[in-house]
Amino acid sequence: MPKHTPLHDEHVSLGAKLVDFAGWEMPINYSSQIGEHNAVREHAGIFDVSHMTVVDIRGAQSRDFLRRVLANDVAKIDADGKALYTCMLNAHGGVVDDLIVYHVAGNWYRAVVNAATTDKDLAWLHSQARDFDVNVERRDELAIVAAQGPAARELVREHLGAALAERAMALKPFEVAADGDWSVGRTGYTGEDGFEIVLPGNMAVGFWRGMIRSGATPVGLGARDTLRLEAGLNLYGQDMDEDHSPLVANLGWTVAFEPEERAFVGRNALEMARQRGIETKLVGVLLEGRGILRTGASVRAAGDDAVAEPSADNAPGELTSGSYAPTLERSIGFARVPVDWDYARVEVGVRGKWQPARVVATTFVRKGKIKVALD
Amino acid sequence: MGERPDNYRYTQSHEWVAPAEDGTARIGITDHAQSSLGDLVFVELPEVGTSFNAGEQVAVVESVKAASDIYAPVAGEIASVNETLEDAPEQVNEDPFGEGWLFELKLESEEATESLLDAAAYKEVADADD
Repeated sequence: MPKHTPLHDEHVSLGAKLVDFAGWEMPINYSSQIGEHNAVREHAGIFDVSHMTVVDIRGAQSRDFLRRVLANDVAKIDADGKALYTCMLNAHGGVVDDLIVYHVAGNWYRAVVNAATTDKDLAWLHSQARDFDVNVERRDELAIVAAQGPAARELVREHLGAALAERAMALKPFEVAADGDWSVGRTGYTGEDGFEIVLPGNMAVGFWRGMIRSGATPVGLGARDTLRLEAGLNLYGQDMDEDHSPLVANLGWTVAFEPEERAFVGRNALEMARQRGIETKLVGVLLEGRGILRTGASVRAAGDDAVAEPSADNAPGELTSGSYAPTLERSIGFARVPVDWDYARVEVGVRGKWQPARVVATTFVRKGKIKVALD
Repeated sequence: MGERPDNYRYTQSHEWVAPAEDGTARIGITDHAQSSLGDLVFVELPEVGTSFNAGEQVAVVESVKAASDIYAPVAGEIASVNETLEDAPEQVNEDPFGEGWLFELKLESEEATESLLDAAAYKEVADADD
């Protein structure tokens, strides 16, 4: 039996196309995926992301525990109400998961972890927590709704309690406000302004319907993927995983090597990797030839005939993510390529043929604006 | 799901075929197919003058999610292609049985389309797909 979020009946009544996502039956789209994508860029979209899991970390040593178990340093969010994006690493420097950790108040931190990795993450957190005075608790009774887009904040304001609404409107990016079981973070996964709202599952339907009444468009996981790709945001399991550290996944900036004395899990492995030399990097690519870039496609230097077939296993590069990008009306992707490549152009395998692509920064769109030159 | 013109013929792989008086047939994908694929963003059409056997891959339609091969419902030579789809692939979503047609085949035999599914038989195929 697939798992259902508290908003499942809403998705059905909205006519969503439902797919299996890590054991959850989730909406991939409600109507036009491109229409949903554009609604977020131009106005406001609302996403049910309750398949992700809220994990509360509390206790006298919660800060010490998180400084040990996360590659970014929660000392950066010592003030209440701050949030931090970070990877959680294994001893080999591989990424167990990526997550946002919110410093709600005092020694109470809240993390939101990916659906596909929830069980693994919880087992890992519990095993790492043994030496600390800390309580790690998954909050399956909570729902998560993301409201994203230039109009999202204004729409959310109408549907929070008055006290929380006032505090939410005052939040800066990567800040959080909480009231009871509600928490509102000014964070997201689309490259647009907006909030990620954690709320009791039994209040999710009312909030969801209210947002739609106010003009937010329900958006499925299909558009969530194209939005995050355009925004240059990594997807766990594709752009990084247990075999690919933050240093090769364009996430070196999230690893806090300072202060030197902080012994976080994976530190030694990352330092050794840096000494040996990093072998690959992640770059953005914009397709110039015909077709659509797809995840897993081969990448070679332009004209490198030594790599004859686009399907060759020995191609030096690979697309970790690829799709059509509705805002650019082009096809884009992230390519894992040798670190010493400084080519402005590469070729990507598209349905059995090499097609030219331009190497660009991974941030293609930010706050509705296209950030790469298209011609 | 959707409409199925009664005077068209259909394939198990969700192409429609509209025979004309002059020995050609216009071909596209059904409303059911475009709806399953979602927003189309790229269409690769064959070259005019190329010949295909029934069941051979002729064209490709790609949605945001995935690529899908289009097969020749019957044998024939490509008589024309719908070039407007190069810039406006969304026509296939908007009007799959009309402006969203893909290509026209000069049929090897006029009877070739008779073995294809009629609208009622195709409805069963499409319904079983849902």
